[in-house]
Amino acid sequence: MYNFEFEKPSTIADAVAALATEDAQALGGGQTLIPTLKQRLAAPSKLVSMGGIAEMQGVCVDDDGSVSVGGATPHVAVARDAAGSYPALAALAGQIGDPAVRNRGTIGGSVANNDPAACYPAGVLGSGATVVTNARQIAADDFFQGMFTTALDEGEIITSIRFPVPQAASYQKFLQPASRFALVGVYLARFTDGVRVAVTGASEDGVFRWSEAEQALNKEFRPDALMDLRINPANMIADLHGSKEYRAHLVSVMTKRAVEACM
Amino acid sequence: MPKDSGIGASSKRREDVRFLTGAGNYTDDINVRGQAYVYFLRSDIAHGRINSVDTSTAEGMPGVVRVFTGKDFEGVGGMPCGWEVTDKHGAPMQEPPHPILAQGKVRHVGDPIVAVVADSLEQARDAAEAIDLDIEELPAVIDMKSAAQEGATLVHDDLKNNICYDWQLGEADDAKVNDVFANAAHVTTLDLVNNRLVANPMEPRVAVAEYSRGTDEYTLYTTSQNPHVIRLLMCAFVLGLPEHKVRVVAPDVGGGFGTKIFHYAEEAFCTFAAKACNRPVKWTASRSEAFMSDAQGRDHVSTIELALDADNNFIGLRTNTYANLGAYLSTFSSSVPTWLHGTLMAGNYKTPVIQVNVKAMFTNTVPVDAYRGAGRPEATFQLERVIDKAARELGVDPIALRRQNFVTQFPYDTPVALTYDTGDYNGTMDKLEAAADLAGFAARRAQSEAKGKLRGLGVNCYIEACGIAPSNIVGMLGARAGLYDAATVRVNATGSISVMVGAHSHGQGHETAFPQVVADMIGIDESMVEIVHGDTSKIPFGMGTYGSRSLAVCGSAMVKATEKVIDKAKKIAAHLLEASEADIELKDGQFSVAGTDKSVAWGDVTLTAYVPHNYPLEVEPGLEETAFYDPANFTFPAGAYACEVEVDPDTGQVTIEKFTAADDFGNIVNPMIVDGQVHGGIGQGIGQALLENCAYDENGQLLSASFMDYAMPRADDVPFYGVDHSSQTPCTHNPLGVKGCGEAGAIGSPPAVVNAVLDALNSGGRAVDHIDMPMSPSRVWTAMHG
Repeated sequence: MYNFEFEKPSTIADAVAALATEDAQALGGGQTLIPTLKQRLAAPSKLVSMGGIAEMQGVCVDDDGSVSVGGATPHVAVARDAAGSYPALAALAGQIGDPAVRNRGTIGGSVANNDPAACYPAGVLGSGATVVTNARQIAADDFFQGMFTTALDEGEIITSIRFPVPQAASYQKFLQPASRFALVGVYLARFTDGVRVAVTGASEDGVFRWSEAEQALNKEFRPDALMDLRINPANMIADLHGSKEYRAHLVSVMTKRAVEACM
Repeated sequence: MPKDSGIGASSKRREDVRFLTGAGNYTDDINVRGQAYVYFLRSDIAHGRINSVDTSTAEGMPGVVRVFTGKDFEGVGGMPCGWEVTDKHGAPMQEPPHPILAQGKVRHVGDPIVAVVADSLEQARDAAEAIDLDIEELPAVIDMKSAAQEGATLVHDDLKNNICYDWQLGEADDAKVNDVFANAAHVTTLDLVNNRLVANPMEPRVAVAEYSRGTDEYTLYTTSQNPHVIRLLMCAFVLGLPEHKVRVVAPDVGGGFGTKIFHYAEEAFCTFAAKACNRPVKWTASRSEAFMSDAQGRDHVSTIELALDADNNFIGLRTNTYANLGAYLSTFSSSVPTWLHGTLMAGNYKTPVIQVNVKAMFTNTVPVDAYRGAGRPEATFQLERVIDKAARELGVDPIALRRQNFVTQFPYDTPVALTYDTGDYNGTMDKLEAAADLAGFAARRAQSEAKGKLRGLGVNCYIEACGIAPSNIVGMLGARAGLYDAATVRVNATGSISVMVGAHSHGQGHETAFPQVVADMIGIDESMVEIVHGDTSKIPFGMGTYGSRSLAVCGSAMVKATEKVIDKAKKIAAHLLEASEADIELKDGQFSVAGTDKSVAWGDVTLTAYVPHNYPLEVEPGLEETAFYDPANFTFPAGAYACEVEVDPDTGQVTIEKFTAADDFGNIVNPMIVDGQVHGGIGQGIGQALLENCAYDENGQLLSASFMDYAMPRADDVPFYGVDHSSQTPCTHNPLGVKGCGEAGAIGSPPAVVNAVLDALNSGGRAVDHIDMPMSPSRVWTAMHG
């Protein structure tokens, strides 16, 4: 990797200040960024670690019942600490990568990176969560803007993510055999006011909501409600591991399984 | 009764103590005072003409010691090929040069162009980024059948075409073969791809070379399965160095699987550069470099036809294979699709007429060479797949069809150049049927169906030719080296023993199993025997470890050397016991005079050998013997495998529910190590069948260039294996009666998995003839809905 400066501030304000340097970059768990640096595919002037900021750590239940996860919380902590308050989210966190990844990787890093096959974007969008930054609050529906693209401004830090807790939810992940990212992952959340279905891994536009499925399930929440629904393969990803048609098919299968899991 | 020591005991692997506690000494652990680091600038295109390479800026960069290009190696030999194959018209194979650094053209993604030696690796990389390459991209030759067409772009401009050789084995009379097929009651035909694989040993390749101006001696530490072979090839064919001035050390090696047999440009480069720079030079491959520079495996495209008579006897077999060699000939690449593949096409069956045709192709891809099984998995896969398809077409039981056609009389001369010395294929199949509980399959299928899953059973056989040697035969077949092995048994004064062996252990457990043999022969504790391997300055000239040969060939040399030691020790014991040598018996480490209670202990005899005060004058002092062993024939391990899978009809996901191996390895020294070898081999076979796919796009870009896209099998991809090696027909021609077990699992398992998936689909009412490996969920689902 190329040389860079390194800072590990202990407050959000110091982190924001540190990120004001040109070409500075925030470092979460480094599970994507560090391999990228090692391959010399990125050359930040400075890495600003989020790992020393106590207020960005941990899972808590807010007064309104929503679950807030600090932006620098590793997956392993979410898998453990959200198991009671938001089991489907905890289950999602427990399926990311392997133990080493789960101990290093953070929710803020994953969501800010918005890898089209990552798990967390589906959980955040499927839950209708709010991404809280040092500057503002961004609704999930506005946050994800296509693969590796988000509403975050330069130097903006995800300090926490606030999840409303649904009546029932399930994340159904079909593994890409090599990376074990989601070949297709569907996060389904059933709230009193409606169902949300978010799909990761499948689309060239990154994580998205399958609104037809949501409408069908709002009418009738059972697997058969999806029977006649097919997602258009045109925008699906095609690669070594699956064609567009296969991914489109998997979206249906995984959504159906998520409904079954929520019954 | 299982034994608790010696031959037949499951002694725990003593080497694992250091491997599992982080105390191993791998090549990358070796750092030499003052070493510099080399970074190879490699081609990022598959095929191109090098117009110019400007290194002037790089040479002035901080820390740079020297920058090398192909021009620096114009007077140096290229990487040699160790096996000359003669084509079916009697002409030698086309053998293009393989320079250490690219000259004139780049021929695959990863082809090294420039080597930058610097004080640190990061400085070398910085300098490499300042190199200005002017390379004109040429069309990439990727698809083998297109590459064989007249007028195809040439990978090597000086060759007449891209065909290295057009080879044939077996029945040469096409009319006779045609006649067999024309008169057959049934012919089954199958088109198959044997997918290209990347070996991916846990330890990437590393080389550290140093040169002493004072003594003009070189030392190369390298990740090799055969240090003497590397020294011979590098000294005699590449760099022109006298062997006695070069020491090659392969210390602990973290897995090889064939890909560390070969002599690679990087190790020759480091040796050359150590003198040129007067600095030790170190190279450690990144995983990305491993993907584009380690020799890859398999990559055959075949059509196989099986002819049967009205009674379902196999009467003819014909194969046509395109075998991918990649851009250059790797060390043993030419032998793999020919003598390690065509010769095994008879399998376990008495098919009387066999014709094997192989066109070996140059393409703009990474060179292909031996990978665990090497040619034999490709043969087994074709044969066992076409038999399975024939059984389905004929509506007969696939096991019965195999049994009906088994070779049952030994020795058996196949129509494809081998003589099987021994075997019991029906007996081994009996063991499989019992161990795999095939009788209970129907009930297990019903349970799977109740869960909405399709369950399938796949069964197949395999045979392999192992213990590669004998030298006189392989010499006739084109090998440019002998394939014997060697061992020196050095008994120390106090009775402990160091055995210097030509075989190299990189996961096989030699350090445990070999002492079991020597200790058993003498009757002493295994802990008194130590194996020394991997250093040309310490070991006799042996050929290393590959082709499941270590125990069968090197182990035999060790037995011969131990016998010589025992013979000499008996002379000394006879003198001490004042008895005739002929009356001396050795048991449990005690020499005794037959029929008396007079005895002397092993340690007293060995001490006498080195302190020869009371000593037979006609006997030399000391107790150290060397033996070379060149076997009379290959060994022929064989077996029968059964795989049960579940297929999820919604997604095409295959899970392996049960896998059972029944192998005949002849006699067995350490059953636990044999189990482990079989487990590992099956794991790699399952990897090939379900997961692993080294894929290039039409421009020759490697699509699966990292573990993000190249799927290695993980623990949860494989089941608990059932392994039965109680079927034992000892090898008839080596002293231990052993056959070798290292490759069996990788050879026998891919067709079992594929046969099982197809059984699941066909039994579920879907007529699917074949799915190419790896049978990814996507491919299975597509086949089900295609």
